[in-house]
Amino acid sequence: MSATAIHLENLSISYGKTPVVHDVAFSVAEGESFALVGESGSGKSTILRAISGLAPEWTGAIAILGKPRGHAPDRDFAKVCQMVFQDPYGSLHPRKTVDDCLAEPLAIHGIGGRDARVRDMLAAVGLDQRFRFRFPHQLSGGQRQRVAIARALMLSPRVLLLDEPTSALDVSVQAEILNLLKKLRREQGLTYLMVTHNLPVVSFLCDRLAVMRHGRVVEIADVSALKTGRLADPYSRELYAASGGALQPA
Amino acid sequence: MIAWLLDDSPTSRLQAGLGRAWRVWTALLRNPLAVVGGLIILVLVAMAVFAPLIAPQSPVGQDLANRLMPPSAAHWMGTDELGRDIYSRVVYGARITLLIVAMVAVIAAPVGLVVGAVSGYFGGWADRILMGITDIFLSMPKLILALAFVAALGPGIENAIIAIAITAWPVYARIARAETITFRDAEFIAAVRLQGASSVRVILRHVLPLCASSTIVRVTLDMAGIILTAAGLGFLGLGAQPPLPEWGAMISRGRNFILDQWWVATMPGFAIILVSLGFCFLGDGLRDVLDPKQGEKQ
Repeated sequence: MSATAIHLENLSISYGKTPVVHDVAFSVAEGESFALVGESGSGKSTILRAISGLAPEWTGAIAILGKPRGHAPDRDFAKVCQMVFQDPYGSLHPRKTVDDCLAEPLAIHGIGGRDARVRDMLAAVGLDQRFRFRFPHQLSGGQRQRVAIARALMLSPRVLLLDEPTSALDVSVQAEILNLLKKLRREQGLTYLMVTHNLPVVSFLCDRLAVMRHGRVVEIADVSALKTGRLADPYSRELYAASGGALQPA
Repeated sequence: MIAWLLDDSPTSRLQAGLGRAWRVWTALLRNPLAVVGGLIILVLVAMAVFAPLIAPQSPVGQDLANRLMPPSAAHWMGTDELGRDIYSRVVYGARITLLIVAMVAVIAAPVGLVVGAVSGYFGGWADRILMGITDIFLSMPKLILALAFVAALGPGIENAIIAIAITAWPVYARIARAETITFRDAEFIAAVRLQGASSVRVILRHVLPLCASSTIVRVTLDMAGIILTAAGLGFLGLGAQPPLPEWGAMISRGRNFILDQWWVATMPGFAIILVSLGFCFLGDGLRDVLDPKQGEKQ
């Protein structure tokens, strides 16, 4: 078994005085793809925000690739772990071209050869070079999400946090983005921690899943259990039934 | 050339930027009021730059034999109480007006922008302290505050500029703060933070460019107010000192003769009105074009 990419222990997160996530613990192996599923408000996105440093009020322990994680975003962590946001319309700066957006992380970390790197990354996420100097409002939702994924990969991180990366997109575009994520993971050996409420996406892209409810993990299961409908917890089965048991990817 | 500017798939950063500027420019040209305003400002700038070529006489040359002459072919706007050609003085006055307006904009807008962005981005104590200071400045009437500063610093153009700038920045701080708060928690800001960007970098490179357009609009609209404040200080004898041909000071001198020699006070008054109107028109047009939501649609 390979090393642990993400390790959470007794993680409790709150926004102000409101506790949102209680005593969550799980580990994701390097190269694994792990899903957090659950209804809205179950705290799954909050876990991603805590890991990335955007939700600083947490107790417990978070370790990424064996290194304990601080409470705020920091430069060294940025090279190891990046995040792709849910809304491709809100996650790109409206006044910056695709090129600016992709070159910015390189500029922050003083990495040279930006021109070639941006070109390579556009190719890697399947965007034509002619999109390079467009503004976000000249791109479709799917194209924007490709840019967002490209931006997250610019620093060659080993762990990628995915916050419902396809839920804001059309069904046909969803499939494209999922295929892209699958391909990138295979090519670059990435570890995924993905939040979604879409079970077909889980069975398509992930190895294991954790079912969350009211800020607690109720079950951690293998994706084969999901595919065959053999989830143990009653709430997990409820979710499974609600998705119609139809687990073919979109 | 235009096809190159409007190309949907620019091939360089320069082309993308120029294309964007070109779209703003053409949108501005479609707005008649903005064009009128822009022309007025252009004439003002031309007058300031080429004043020695345009003005028929020296702005300070006295000719006591021809004092208080009504407008005529020799003196288009008449002469004042020392026989100086009012048209020449108005032309040279454009330099002073432009200097005041430009300097106030250059000093006040960046200060306001930075204070507002810092305040809005960090929130909490920084916000409370900075906005407290801003509120103190906002709560005092502009002209009175400027008067107090000029009184403390001494009369003169430089001090008038400083005094007006001190009274002008709080408005920009307020605007920048309000704008910053609307996208402080946006995901594109979160994304650059996750990339390891420092707060200084986030504010300078990512927050300020978004506040800039509304500030530009507001500065343009405020230009009229700045000109009037400068003229007011001049009128009260606290701005530009004689014999400088400042429009407000010229009105002040003409006040003594306003009943019998109306042109002495009226001509610089017209200049002030016209230029103020020009800035207002241009500002309105810019607002239509630069409004961020409008920009999204383009």
